[in-house]
Amino acid sequence: MSHMPEAVALTKRDFESDQEVRWCPGCGDYMILSMVQKTLATLGIRRENFAFISGIGCSSRFPYYLNTYGMHSIHGRAPAIASGLKLARPDLSVWVVTGDGDALAIGGNHFIHAMRRNVDLKIILLNNRIYGLTKGQYSPTSEQGKKTKSTPLGSIDRPFMPASVALGAGATFVARTVDNDLAHMGHVLERAAAHKGTAFVEVLQNCAVFNDGAYAAVTEKATRHDTRLMLEHGKPLLYGKERTKGLRLRGLELEPVTLGGEGITEADLVLHDERGPHATLAMLLAQLELPDFPIPFGVLRAIEAPTHDALNARLREEAHGVKGVGDLGALLNSGETWVIEEAI
Amino acid sequence: MNVQSGLASEVRQAPRRIEEIDAVVIRFAGDSGDGMQLTGTEFAHAVAVAGHDFSTHPDFPSEIRAPAGSLFGVSGYQIQYSSNPVRTSGDELDVLVAMNPAALKVNHADVKREGLLIVNTGAFTEANLAKAGYASDPLTDGTLDGRRFIGVDITQLTENALSDTGLSKKDSGRCKNYFALGLVLFLYGRPIDREIANVRKKFAKKPTLGEANVLALRAGHAYGEATEPFEVAYRVRARPATPGTYRSLTGNSALAFGFVAAAELSRVPLFLGSYPITPATDILHELSALRHFNVSTFQAEDEIAAICSCIGAAYGGSLALTTTSGPGMALKTEALGLAVMLELPLVIVNVQRGGPSTGLPTKIEQADLLQAVYGRNGECPIPVIAASTPADCFDCAMEAFRIAVEYMTPVILLSDGGIANASEPWRIPDIGSLPKLEVSYRTDPEGFQPYARNANLARPWVRPGTPGMEHRIGGLEKDFLSGAISHNPVNHQRMVEVRATKVEGIANGIPPLRVDGPTSGDLLIIGWGSTHGAIAQAREQATTLGKSVAHVHLRHLNPLPADLGDIIDRYKTILIPELNGGQLRKMLRERYLRDFALLSKVQGRPFKVSEIYDRIIELC
Ligand code: SF4
Repeated sequence: MSHMPEAVALTKRDFESDQEVRWCPGCGDYMILSMVQKTLATLGIRRENFAFISGIGCSSRFPYYLNTYGMHSIHGRAPAIASGLKLARPDLSVWVVTGDGDALAIGGNHFIHAMRRNVDLKIILLNNRIYGLTKGQYSPTSEQGKKTKSTPLGSIDRPFMPASVALGAGATFVARTVDNDLAHMGHVLERAAAHKGTAFVEVLQNCAVFNDGAYAAVTEKATRHDTRLMLEHGKPLLYGKERTKGLRLRGLELEPVTLGGEGITEADLVLHDERGPHATLAMLLAQLELPDFPIPFGVLRAIEAPTHDALNARLREEAHGVKGVGDLGALLNSGETWVIEEAI
Repeated sequence: MNVQSGLASEVRQAPRRIEEIDAVVIRFAGDSGDGMQLTGTEFAHAVAVAGHDFSTHPDFPSEIRAPAGSLFGVSGYQIQYSSNPVRTSGDELDVLVAMNPAALKVNHADVKREGLLIVNTGAFTEANLAKAGYASDPLTDGTLDGRRFIGVDITQLTENALSDTGLSKKDSGRCKNYFALGLVLFLYGRPIDREIANVRKKFAKKPTLGEANVLALRAGHAYGEATEPFEVAYRVRARPATPGTYRSLTGNSALAFGFVAAAELSRVPLFLGSYPITPATDILHELSALRHFNVSTFQAEDEIAAICSCIGAAYGGSLALTTTSGPGMALKTEALGLAVMLELPLVIVNVQRGGPSTGLPTKIEQADLLQAVYGRNGECPIPVIAASTPADCFDCAMEAFRIAVEYMTPVILLSDGGIANASEPWRIPDIGSLPKLEVSYRTDPEGFQPYARNANLARPWVRPGTPGMEHRIGGLEKDFLSGAISHNPVNHQRMVEVRATKVEGIANGIPPLRVDGPTSGDLLIIGWGSTHGAIAQAREQATTLGKSVAHVHLRHLNPLPADLGDIIDRYKTILIPELNGGQLRKMLRERYLRDFALLSKVQGRPFKVSEIYDRIIELC
């Protein structure tokens, strides 16, 4: 029961709710909201057929600002709620908006199981590497050594890379984008929407108040050419202003190289492959970190696999095939019965 | 009489004496790997088919395969059946079948004087005696004095019977429960043809084992017939029951059936989101096998996801159900609060077990009542009902969804480890006689307000996908009408009050309570849940002695039935027996501002009739 696009003419305005948006000025969430609204209007899905589910945190305010069906639920549980909704209503386009604390700390279990099951959900994780709503504690994606109110001496936790968590859990679609590159975000969201199955999109998001500039290296004009690796399926892993840098494989690791030096040509670089039988390349890419490596953006992985909701619907059909359509009277009278006659 | 028989005993054909009796209590006990639960269940079916009323009490360890011969690995299955209505599985045993020394040690004290012990002497090896902590042989050292004892080498006799099958010693050992069943069926005058057909059906996929079990069954039956110690066979008189078609039903199966009935009658899909937990898991099993109905099951990653998936499914318009037991209930607490805020229909089954924490996973207790009624953050009222017998679970399942849908609220349905696996005969209802369950979703956008309320104070159920009614709901406090976020202090008070008033109003739809016994007088017993049978029987016993005792059993615990206060006022003394420290008593004291006598038991075991009876005699 996949969703059939219908001819509906919608605009971004149709997806704006009457609620006043209450994020801090300069928060990256504004750009993400705007791009999501824009993208939804292009999908050919009627507005009433969207449901947005969120947990708790700054990011989870999202549904209030979208004029679709929506639920602002409890901390970390949105993937579980969305899974139940999608299983009950395969006709809906169900989205989850979450944050790094919501998805990877308190909701880590639901997050990985959503990936594993491949329910047809779109999960957008706004990763600002900090707890915003509770006013600035380190999050599971904060870098080691980070000084926050709860880590005045610096965090000693090792951070998660959300994309590698998703890949490790068997995600069929994993992508990364960043809040201030609207065109790129739009492209990634469209790809996610088109994916059948759990589509995971990590959006690097600037928290202007508690972690401002966390992604400056990849968002500033001056540096971003050298710090971003824009992935394209089938194309070599090239980056840099003059596109003279690239990644090649050395043993089982990626290695940054400069074209021209030591006779290295494009032919030596790894070609991006979203669809490999294993998530190996995507996993290598997901773990790349500054300053030694660029940060990959785009679709790390996108494979076709049966969705949980489709398999679930098939179970019903199979059960009908084997047992026929259930008959309540027959069920109650099943097993061993005996009759007590009128006067024994 | 203390007759040692076995391989060497005389085999003879003689006319047999048949004694007619009114009721009998039998317990099958052995290692958890001995198949005692199966033996007991099969025996229960055999007597049910003959028109007897019965009640069972399975009692098994939480270890799946406890070490053979150990005391903690003993598994028991008790059944009482009778020509009269049977309320409990019985206090004392007329017959104990003990498959090994550990089973004897754990159970023999429950056998009444002059009661019968059938003991598998083949298992009374030195090693097994040591494991059971017997310094000397209890079969000969006087331990069993005052009881009748028949030793049968069931192990060897089963092996002999199966000698031609080529089964290994180990495999033939697995058939000895059928030997025991055959023997007891003989003793109580039950034919084995029906049982043979059942075995063949049950083992259709393993015919070799099936035929071996048939052989063992026949051998047990024939052994009884041919052996001197079994001179007397017993016959329990058949009982005049309400005419109709019957079947045997456990509490967990009854719940599953009731939920399917709710889905079928309302024509709304049932969604079960659940995480396996003893003793609730069988509901998940049952419903998972019923996908050819309007049923979808989802085994979630944890208890929290289980209830959250239900919240999602309820939002989508399904009849959503989650099933759990105490520790799982604790984990679901936060999501329960969300369901209260969202005002979505949802049923949560808590098959209570001994607590706190992991507690006694396979044992009976009623100690989650206060948790169900009060155990959440904030002012968070949730209706609570409790099933009183296995068959009552069927009606309660439908009642839970009636309340959930009519009042747009989560509903907690309490069962317990006592009725979950226990079975009793169930008169199969006519589908046409079942209560209707009307579900309607709002689809009219005209004047739509997500939190506008009807006469029940229920808000409209609007499914995503409905054009023109897109709206947002959530766990933040919401405006009285629009449902938009509201931090307005006056609005919050109003919302707290309306949520409470809505749940209180459910009392208006509860039928008048049934009072068994005098409508006023010396003593009223108020019970809830699975204590029903023991209370009813104790009351009947006391009544025959001329005591003025009434009994009211509560299905609805939150809100309490409106007429309970008036009923309470009509009695001098009120007794509340509970398998907890006095939780209902606490609630009733607070509500009615009077004192109540308590009978509290927290041993992981049901009440004995005599325990309640003795307390009645103390009080009046
Ligand atoms: S605290 Fe940070 S993430 Fe939250 S709204 Fe403000 S800027 Fe955005």
